[in-house]
Amino acid sequence: MATLEADFTLPLRAFALDLALEVSRTVALVGPSGAGKTSALRVVAGLAQPRRGRVALDGEAWLDTEFRLSLPPDRRRVGLVFQDYALFPHLSVRANVAFGARGRPVEALLERFRIGHLASARPPELSGGERQRVALARALAHEPAVLLLDEPLAALDAHTKTEVRHELAELLRELELPTLLVTHDYEDAAALADHVGVLVEGRLRQLGTPAELVAQPRDAFVASFTGANLLRGRARRGEGALTAIRLESGDDLYSTDEAEGEVGVVVYPWEVSVARTHMPDADSALNVVRGQVGSLVEVANRVRVRVGPLTAEVTAASAIRLGLAEGGVAYATFKATGTRLVPL
Amino acid sequence: MFAATAVALAFLLLPIVAIFARVSPGELVAQLSRSVVTDALVVSLKTSAIAQALVLLLGTPTAYLLATRRFRGRSFMVVLVELPLVLPPAVAGIGLIAAFGRFGLLGEQLNAFGIQLGLTQAAVVIAVAYVSSPLYIRQAIATFEGIDPNLVAASRTLGAGPARTFFRVVLPLSRRGLAAGEALAFARGLGEFGATIMFAGSLQGVTQTLPLAIYQEFNADFTTALAMSALLVVVSGALLVALRLTLQWQPSKPTSRFLFAPSR
Repeated sequence: MATLEADFTLPLRAFALDLALEVSRTVALVGPSGAGKTSALRVVAGLAQPRRGRVALDGEAWLDTEFRLSLPPDRRRVGLVFQDYALFPHLSVRANVAFGARGRPVEALLERFRIGHLASARPPELSGGERQRVALARALAHEPAVLLLDEPLAALDAHTKTEVRHELAELLRELELPTLLVTHDYEDAAALADHVGVLVEGRLRQLGTPAELVAQPRDAFVASFTGANLLRGRARRGEGALTAIRLESGDDLYSTDEAEGEVGVVVYPWEVSVARTHMPDADSALNVVRGQVGSLVEVANRVRVRVGPLTAEVTAASAIRLGLAEGGVAYATFKATGTRLVPL
Repeated sequence: MFAATAVALAFLLLPIVAIFARVSPGELVAQLSRSVVTDALVVSLKTSAIAQALVLLLGTPTAYLLATRRFRGRSFMVVLVELPLVLPPAVAGIGLIAAFGRFGLLGEQLNAFGIQLGLTQAAVVIAVAYVSSPLYIRQAIATFEGIDPNLVAASRTLGAGPARTFFRVVLPLSRRGLAAGEALAFARGLGEFGATIMFAGSLQGVTQTLPLAIYQEFNADFTTALAMSALLVVVSGALLVALRLTLQWQPSKPTSRFLFAPSR
């Protein structure tokens, strides 16, 4: 499989986008809006000119500021799918897909993306999901060597999104193209990419597999961005191998991670159990947080429960068994091994 | 409020009605076969066609550049393009003479090539192009600025160079806006009077356009002047209607089956 290297600095309005990446399978850049995600794609595509840097595919340079080299977008072999898809409104679906095909027949692509029946329709007549399939087909008809996806799922409604996410993950596996995608949604990134980079204000905070990011978040932002609970406190050495953290609320928590001073305690929702009563002797979990039950949100067959400052994820069945209701009091418990300590 | 509107509309309409009211339509048509009229018509059409071809050919790339590039002095250049719009026609005429006339800035260079512009049809073309091009360029800039830059970017990533992108994406999407601008420029050029009479003179069959012929006949034969005015009213009215239709016409109107908002 080919490898895309990108290493550049692009000045943006408030900060500089500084990125060094190697993409051979699928890499997702995630981050809040305005972090420079789209700009990263534009640099690779040749639509933005960085101050310094190099972009190369398998050693063949598309951009090298040292040699004053920058191929125009039409001479880089990229397939860029825009966030709003940027379909040509004056052309039919077929003509859109054929635009970059250099005369190759596109019927097979239309069928593959289930848009054959829409071939003579114009983009304004299509639904969001259909437009996305047209945009993908159009990008692939150009036979790109690199695929760039800008928020591929953001323009879709929640119902379409889940379905399209599966399809897209499947497609990316089949294509075996170096793919760089950007999204503000960590769950989308984890579902679509092998490696996820967290981008904040133009800088990569952490790059790793989704599992690595969850197991070892480098800082508080990465932890909360990947969906963890974050509690602030002051760490000191406790008994044995444990670190004790005094929270701002005065409660103590324990972690198997080592740290001292101001820290963030990271707990993922699936590490947290919820009970209506607390029996210290019967419970092996060292950490207990008593709190009021806030919102209850059902996600598939799981329920996300807010207990005091924590979000816990329990099965729908146990939520019913516990009789959890908003406003009631509950105990959230989790093990010392289920926590990570990160710098704030 | 209604009274004010009625007065305003009547005021605007009355002169036009008056042109048609004084002489019978048959008489008007008969006047149109006089040589002073046919000569003027030929001069007007010929010079307008050449001038508008130049406006389109030079104005379109100019407008595209000004609309899509950001560079120092850009807004100054946009103002420069619009200047002839607000210039009094007499000033435009003097300016053209001072620039291209025999003793003008470029007169010597033009003379060296054996070119004398004063009192020729080429002078009419220059005068018409000078006063009408800003209308086209202004509208073209606005039209090009309204095109989603992502569509241009998409075209480029799909392997189309700048030229192919312009002809396959930008131009088809701007067609209507450009047509509207050109219609305005054509109408303005057809009615051009002041700069032309100063720079090109009013020689029947050579530089005498319809407006100049109207002015001449107004002193000689008022009926002929009326007939030519009626002709210009009809042409201008037709242009206006065509313009309205162009701007309202939608290619493939979405039907009730498709309720989705168009993607920009």
